[in-house]
Amino acid sequence: MATSSSSSSSSSSSSSSSSSSASMGDEKPHVLAVDDSLVDRKLIEKLLTKSSCKVTTAENGKKALELLGLGDGQRTFNNNVCKVNLIITDYCMPGMTGYELLKKIKESPSMKHIPVVVVSSENVPTRIKKCLDEGAQEFMLKPLQLSDVTKLRCQLTKFSNPHKGMLCMGR
Amino acid sequence: MELGQMQGRLAEFTKSLYMEGILDAQFLQLQQLQDESNPDFVVEVVSLFFEDSEKLLNDIARALDQQSVDFKRVDAHVHQLKGSSASVGAQRVKNACVAFRNCCEEQNVEGCLRCLQQVKQEHYLVKNKLETLFRLEQQIVAAGGSVPMAEMTF
Repeated sequence: MATSSSSSSSSSSSSSSSSSSASMGDEKPHVLAVDDSLVDRKLIEKLLTKSSCKVTTAENGKKALELLGLGDGQRTFNNNVCKVNLIITDYCMPGMTGYELLKKIKESPSMKHIPVVVVSSENVPTRIKKCLDEGAQEFMLKPLQLSDVTKLRCQLTKFSNPHKGMLCMGR
Repeated sequence: MELGQMQGRLAEFTKSLYMEGILDAQFLQLQQLQDESNPDFVVEVVSLFFEDSEKLLNDIARALDQQSVDFKRVDAHVHQLKGSSASVGAQRVKNACVAFRNCCEEQNVEGCLRCLQQVKQEHYLVKNKLETLFRLEQQIVAAGGSVPMAEMTF
């Protein structure tokens, strides 16, 4: 199983951290949240920890890929890379957009199975379609609500434990 | 002033911020996310917002001051500001940013400068109001009381 992830977080501020109960590493889903806005990173981290997820944040696509072991020059051994169950990425980011990040993830044999949710403050149907066509699990509008995150959390449980009862009430 | 009065004053003040559209439901969400494990969450997020937004406002002013204005760059900054103000519930700042983006599209420097003024005004206003809000909360806590859980009952 993947080792503890606290040393691999790479966002520029100290806001990226795993949630408090480190001993339950295998039970909580690990979410990688990518956003260039510091305010939004703090917010998403809180929403996710409140929904019992482990969180790692990244401020751009490049850092996100490095965390996933897909960075330039990285070898594709997954041993040192922490297991990620879900990626939430902002669409509008300088440098690599969320869409480009999504593409890179879906092109990777080792990472393409990870669900990717794209978030944006703008409701642009062509943008939404583009992301869904590229394999995004979902497209959500910002700012995210706790109910949005709870829903995602539920879906994660469903995917990983198809035989467990569906306890989520949905929205 | 005794505790009950202070709490009443806070409630009235908070209500007025929502009524005047200075804050929207997103701010309420922030308050609801705060808990004992992170009792300063709202203050922390809001502080980050003001740090970030002040820098953006300066960047925008500088960009508009150039001989040849790069409207795409201005728009990118305004878009960022719009996003973060939406994330903290600073509704009037957000709306001012929406208007600003329209001016950017028209590539009109005068219009943009006016929009910037408007955004700055709203920004200043919400900053003052939130400082007052946090001060009122602090007074209540210092007096041994607790700040009632946020709710939208109006």
